[in-house]
Amino acid sequence: MKVSYYPGCSLDGTAREFGESVEGMARMLGVELAELPDWNCCGSSSAHATSEALAFDLAARNLGIAERAGLDLLVPCALCFSRLKTAQKTIAAGRTSGGISTLTSSKVQVKDSVDFLWHDVGEKAIRQKVKKSLKGLNPVCYYGCLTTRPPHITDAPMPEDPHGMDLLLESLGANVKNWSYKTECCGGSLTLSLPEVAHKLIQKLLDMAQEAGADCIVAACPMCHSNLDTWQREISRETGKNYYIPIFYFTELMGLSFEHPDTRKWLRRHSTDPLPFLRQKGLL
Amino acid sequence: MTVTELPTDIIPHSSFRAEVEEKSGQKISACFQCEKCTNGCPVTFAMDIAPHRLIRSVHLGLKEEVLKSDTIWVCASCEACTTRCPNGIDIAHIMDTLRQMSQRQGFPASRKNVPLLHRAFLTSVKRRGRVNETGLAVSYTLKSAGLGGLLKQGMNQGLGMLRRGKLRLLPDRVRAGDQISDIFKNTEKKG
Ligand code: SF4
Ligand code: SF4
Repeated sequence: MKVSYYPGCSLDGTAREFGESVEGMARMLGVELAELPDWNCCGSSSAHATSEALAFDLAARNLGIAERAGLDLLVPCALCFSRLKTAQKTIAAGRTSGGISTLTSSKVQVKDSVDFLWHDVGEKAIRQKVKKSLKGLNPVCYYGCLTTRPPHITDAPMPEDPHGMDLLLESLGANVKNWSYKTECCGGSLTLSLPEVAHKLIQKLLDMAQEAGADCIVAACPMCHSNLDTWQREISRETGKNYYIPIFYFTELMGLSFEHPDTRKWLRRHSTDPLPFLRQKGLL
Repeated sequence: MTVTELPTDIIPHSSFRAEVEEKSGQKISACFQCEKCTNGCPVTFAMDIAPHRLIRSVHLGLKEEVLKSDTIWVCASCEACTTRCPNGIDIAHIMDTLRQMSQRQGFPASRKNVPLLHRAFLTSVKRRGRVNETGLAVSYTLKSAGLGGLLKQGMNQGLGMLRRGKLRLLPDRVRAGDQISDIFKNTEKKG
């Protein structure tokens, strides 16, 4: 199987372990990722907060490149995914937001990483690769806002209660916990500009995961991951509570279960060090 | 018993609702104030006007109140309101429209760090076509917290990230840089 691949700026930078683990899993599962030639930043929150036309054109340039490649497009970052899907829906509605893009149609299927690995590559292929069961791991799956919401953009069948990541991790043997905070916002767009607001949202998620009986949180978005992972020490200091909840990318846990040789290297990049936790669970 | 005086300093702009409806493509008058948007919003605790009230204020033409509010800058763009509105109003998109209008019409942002970050981010995109997260964090922190803030932040977060191999000093540059500058040039006026 071959797909186009749009890593986005974070997977190239601060979320390198997500990028590398997505690529690692694709290779193990026989998927060829063809990186979009000369892709540009999708514009993220800043473009759409500033100018309709700018947000559209930045995303549409990438869509144009993907159209020429003519393959499905894998977009692992939730924000990039949302921006590219929004641009597609804008085109489909016959609007082009007054920008300079001349793209009048866009037919490539834009896919997030969970959807792609679980539905397109499929359960059977994944189960065949499992070498080590993740039995004993009690994660909650955290989908964040933008891979599912709003459904008129994402086409998510169950925007308030997505399931793909839960099923995928269960197929690796994990004891996935249910919770009502799967898609609750972590404040990713506010971390730098309104940290006091973002920290409240992060703390809520950490508390609710623990209340659900989880010992770790699994994410599929670089913003969600970095937000939940990076600030635990500060939030502990601010609140006097002691937070230690490892945050994983689902692709890293796949790597652990498939025994991908680079898994430790990916996990060592986290702020909330997951290695002692995994050793204690007998998984490392 | 005292009689509550009606506030006298409200200046309604009757064209405001029409302007927001046109720019956002959303029918604000369809809102029947069910409060579903507000009940699902994760950041109301930091807002001065709850989302359903903001929609009502737009309807009433309370332009200044709306464009000077904390709400439009505190909104996290999480799309919960849009997903749940029974009348299909894209509230998150209206928030975008209001942020754009407030910047373009020169209203000082009540939470100035939010647009400051957006500007730093877009400057980075404009320059290379991709965001250099390291450079963005440095330039934003300098603008919002000054040199002292930068040194403190750098000590707290930056060095740890550098040690864990998370920071790249420069990302790749988009080769077709002229296409990116054209996009910025041509969309700056349009909005
Ligand atoms: S959910 Fe929709 S209809 Fe209800 S108050 Fe909010 S905007 Fe109005
Ligand atoms: S998009 Fe903004 S207003 Fe709507 S629920 Fe999320 S934070 Fe609240």
